[in-house]
Amino acid sequence: MKIIVAIKQVPVRDSNLRIDASGHWIDEDDLSYEINEPDAYALEEALQLKEKHGGEVIALLAGPERGSQTIREALAKGADRAIHIECDDLASLDTLGIANRLAAAIKDEKADLILTGLQSDDLGLGQTGVVLAELLGIPHATIIMQVEAGNGAIKVKRELEDGWFQHVEMPLPALLTIQSGISKLRYATLMGIKKAKTKEVRRVSAGDLPQAAAATVTLERVYLPEKKKETQLIDGSPKEAAAKLVEKLKFEVRVI
Amino acid sequence: MSGILVVLEHRGGAYNRMSWEALAAGQQIASASGQPLSAAVVGNDLEALSGELASKKLEKGYRVEHALLKDYTADGYILALEQLIKKLDPAFVVFPHTYQVRDFAPRLAARFGQVLLADLIGLRKDGDNFVFVRQLFQGKLNADYRHSGSGPCFLSVQAGAFRAESLEAGNASVETFAPQLDGGSIRSKPDAPFREAAQTVDLGSAPIIVSVGRGIKEQDNLPMVEELAQALGGEIAASRPICDNGWLPMERQVGSSGQTVSPKLYLAIGISGAIQHLVGMKGSKTVVAINKDENAPIFEVADYGIVGDLFDVVPALTEAVKKAKGA
Repeated sequence: MKIIVAIKQVPVRDSNLRIDASGHWIDEDDLSYEINEPDAYALEEALQLKEKHGGEVIALLAGPERGSQTIREALAKGADRAIHIECDDLASLDTLGIANRLAAAIKDEKADLILTGLQSDDLGLGQTGVVLAELLGIPHATIIMQVEAGNGAIKVKRELEDGWFQHVEMPLPALLTIQSGISKLRYATLMGIKKAKTKEVRRVSAGDLPQAAAATVTLERVYLPEKKKETQLIDGSPKEAAAKLVEKLKFEVRVI
Repeated sequence: MSGILVVLEHRGGAYNRMSWEALAAGQQIASASGQPLSAAVVGNDLEALSGELASKKLEKGYRVEHALLKDYTADGYILALEQLIKKLDPAFVVFPHTYQVRDFAPRLAARFGQVLLADLIGLRKDGDNFVFVRQLFQGKLNADYRHSGSGPCFLSVQAGAFRAESLEAGNASVETFAPQLDGGSIRSKPDAPFREAAQTVDLGSAPIIVSVGRGIKEQDNLPMVEELAQALGGEIAASRPICDNGWLPMERQVGSSGQTVSPKLYLAIGISGAIQHLVGMKGSKTVVAINKDENAPIFEVADYGIVGDLFDVVPALTEAVKKAKGA
């Protein structure tokens, strides 16, 4: 089975985010980046499917040069090769623009299965995968917790709300968006890290891909949310703060 | 191109509450833009649901009915709604931001060369068009978006962002719309939804919940939080990553994919407050947050907060609670 995993590089969790001078985006200068967490689970699922069914896992990433680090990590974990769409203009594209690039870069690969995380930790739109399936004309399913493959088809377990699930069957090729926690993430081994250096990374310049239509949705301004609720911050040493909080719980909230 | 079309969701013969919130968002756009508001429900055998639709203040209701729409499939819903939208040519199409909508609406929008503006927390008229507000970085930042160009503007609204109580009652005529569908165009075969093993913990009725998140770092640190829960006489719960790691059973998860709770006291420990978590607990009467990051979104919904290292604060709190209870 040939599996493509679309991964995104995002600022590391708990980054101290500052809004840039233009007010359009965050200041990226001092940030560190890592693989988007749901995408890490998509990669893990791809590697496990390959271990079970054989085949190939290809990591796909669109982004600037710093993306190479995330690609290397995916290769070290076990992806066989990678495709890096090199571009510095992701912020000016909407989902359709990005999905168009991804689709153009992989259409000749004829993958059986395309996996990606259910959403990104930065923009959180949760639709790049679904739109990519549309552009490729293949069926899809979202928020997947389990994948079984066989006989040119897959059976997946979709997560619904409030603790409900559903099994869905569909023919291959197909695209799935993977939920965090589908399985336990592996670490790269020393051997894996060594091997990654010799693995193929196909670099595609965004300029060589067909240009998508102009974005219909534009991000105009980013800002800190206004507080809706007045939070009483309790200060002091841990001991003092704890004592003050217990007073509140006793006399105001009345739960003690 | 004119008008607002709201697509309502239902399960088990009843509308999802978030559908009415989406309708409230649609009503807000309608009154700000002076355009008519319509709503549609998709499925099979929609008699009862369309009766309820008729009681709303709408220009028109649509029951989009076909035997192949009995169970939800992305292919079926997209084909049916694509036909309805082509016929009505609305300027806005509004959805509740549910898991089901996340599954099909981006693909439906792409058929019209559009992108879904997903998970909106607000909107306002600005000049000739609208500004749409959504969250970035798991709720740490807000962003204003604008839609431009021709073609309908596709929107989905976050749970709780618009008030269903503000909906006006009315007397709408409901028209049946029969889409052209054939079985061959529906590629996926869904089974009936199911729940995993019966829930043994009913967090929904617990008066005190002590909930723990990523900040706890390791499973070995959990007893510290359990001790606090015990001292307070509360149930222990967690945000998703804790249950994903198997540190606590899934049935103790609070959030959009877990349980929705509204206790008297919700104590959030080391939980940053991603929206998926907040929707499950923001109905709590009192929220207390303990977090080292003063900008964590959990403080947006907290009544009381302690900015500090939970590894110092939690043991101190357990001791203070025990002392107050005279134990």
